Amino acid sequence: MSEAKDAIVLDKVNKWYGAMHVLRDVSLTIQEKERVVVCGPSGSGKSTMIRCINRLETHQAGHIFVDGIELTDDTRALDAIRRDVGMVFQSFNLFPHLTILENCTLAPIWVRKIPKAQAEELAMSFLERVKIPEQAKKYPGQLSGGQQQRVAIARALCMQPKIMLFDEPTSALDPEMIKEVLDTMIELAGSGMTMVCVTHEMGFARQVAHRVVFMDRGEIVESGPPAQIFEDPQTDRLKLFLSQILRGH
Amino acid sequence: MGSLRDTMSTTTAPTLSRPSPPGLGPIAWARTNLFGSWVSTAVSLALLYIVARAVLGFAEWALVGAVWTVPYSATGIAQTAVCQTAHGACWAVIHDKYRLILFGRYPFAEQWRPAIVVLIFIALYTVSAIRWFWRKELALIWVAALTAVGVLMWGGVFGLKPVPNDEWGGLPITLILATFGIAFAFPLAVLVALGRRSTELPAVKTLCVVYVELIRGVPLISVLFMASVMFPLFMPAGVNIDKLLRAQIAIILFAAAYLAEVVRGGLQALPKGQTEAADAMGLSYWQKTSFIILPQALRLVIPPLVNTFIGFFKDTSLVLIIGLFDLLTMGKVALSDPPWQSFSTEVYVVLGLIYIAFCYAMSRYSRGLEQELNASQRR
Repeated sequence: MSEAKDAIVLDKVNKWYGAMHVLRDVSLTIQEKERVVVCGPSGSGKSTMIRCINRLETHQAGHIFVDGIELTDDTRALDAIRRDVGMVFQSFNLFPHLTILENCTLAPIWVRKIPKAQAEELAMSFLERVKIPEQAKKYPGQLSGGQQQRVAIARALCMQPKIMLFDEPTSALDPEMIKEVLDTMIELAGSGMTMVCVTHEMGFARQVAHRVVFMDRGEIVESGPPAQIFEDPQTDRLKLFLSQILRGH
Repeated sequence: MGSLRDTMSTTTAPTLSRPSPPGLGPIAWARTNLFGSWVSTAVSLALLYIVARAVLGFAEWALVGAVWTVPYSATGIAQTAVCQTAHGACWAVIHDKYRLILFGRYPFAEQWRPAIVVLIFIALYTVSAIRWFWRKELALIWVAALTAVGVLMWGGVFGLKPVPNDEWGGLPITLILATFGIAFAFPLAVLVALGRRSTELPAVKTLCVVYVELIRGVPLISVLFMASVMFPLFMPAGVNIDKLLRAQIAIILFAAAYLAEVVRGGLQALPKGQTEAADAMGLSYWQKTSFIILPQALRLVIPPLVNTFIGFFKDTSLVLIIGLFDLLTMGKVALSDPPWQSFSTEVYVVLGLIYIAFCYAMSRYSRGLEQELNASQRR
């Protein structure tokens, strides 16, 4: 990873919900092609942080740079960033009134201005990659949760983003569907894309992450390679967290 | 145990709501549902008796004892004495007055024009209801149809005799007020609803809130009065905006405020994730609104939307108080003719049937549309 550029830089980011301080001086630099897994107990601010990266949430202090562009109120800069940052949500957020194919082609056609036929071809190639090309004409409601989340991944990929954000992509899934989504993400990791993933799937973290970031109460407590985080936790908070999630597995 | 209970609840729940197995035929159905016990048998028989009495009584009045025509005197005055003695309906009043009721004081020889206008409106509703026509060209069809309506009613071009709009009346007035009203109020309502939810334009938001609350805070009658009586006082002398147009604008503004609240309800019911997904993909505000938000929000509010449409279709009859002659007013005018004064029931029954025909068509259509749209994307 020598002479890699910084894809995402968070510099002393702070955020409050009313009186609640949800992000405290969060500083994090993610390089191009780096894969980072963010974990931590619920309410630790990990989702808020990842949602700040494409400004679904606004930060109140500090600076965030994505691809060298700072996130401010400037909507043109924001548009440029959102074109290059794909996001996958916990609750899929597919558009229920559009077919799978339309879900995948909408943004390429209207945001990237790709001709419809070409956008459909692109969408089909990504649907094949997530192994559900045969569902293209169906509506999201006709698919299982795992299939919907794979469509959501394909939909994000259709924008050909440089960075992919995953906000707890498997938390809303039944256990038997988690694997198919994780497999898709592992396959995607192999393609060398910058990935930031909020998840509790430690097996996935071990297998694909370059770095694991542990957050608690709005701050980054520890960060390092998966082996170090899981086998040699330094802080009591991380030890407690690991003991809690490992008991569940 | 757990798995057994799960399968039980999933497999038996849908069938529980229908105790009698389907396909047994009407007699078996009636036996189980209407005559299952002696109580339900008694109630069924009592209700059957009441319904039969009502239906027979109405048939007796409307058909058997009815008078269909009356003789006319040499001077053309209807001799309604036959009707006074008959114990049924006097449909002769409809026969005598239907042109007046339907087309008002529109010049008699030119009444084919409002007749065509009514047909154009019905054709327009039908075309708009067919999903095959739901494309950009539909807007052109609307523009063309509404232009044709204006040309036919006003005349003055293509060799049509000009007819000033204080001579218009009857069904075309009702349809014009309702159709133009909804056609202009609906887009306005969507904009107001969007404006009211705007977080980035506080001035627009305030304006929308004030508009909606102000209009909703007063009765339609007072808005119509304002438009017809007070508004001209504020205009410079000599400037005179047409009375029908003023009433039309009042109805549009009034309807838009109500529809805006209905649309806003739909916007609020959408999960936040839909907006977030659209934002994350980089769609602009208007792309997001027209491709993602509105198609779903409007679908959610079809029943209350149609409910409001139906309400406004009937509320157009309030223009009677500012001296416009809509369908209902023409009924009253027809009844002011001395020989026919005592036959209001017949006239109002027919007027009622006309209103029911339009309103029932709307509600049936909305129910079908709802089912059709939901069938394609059951969650």
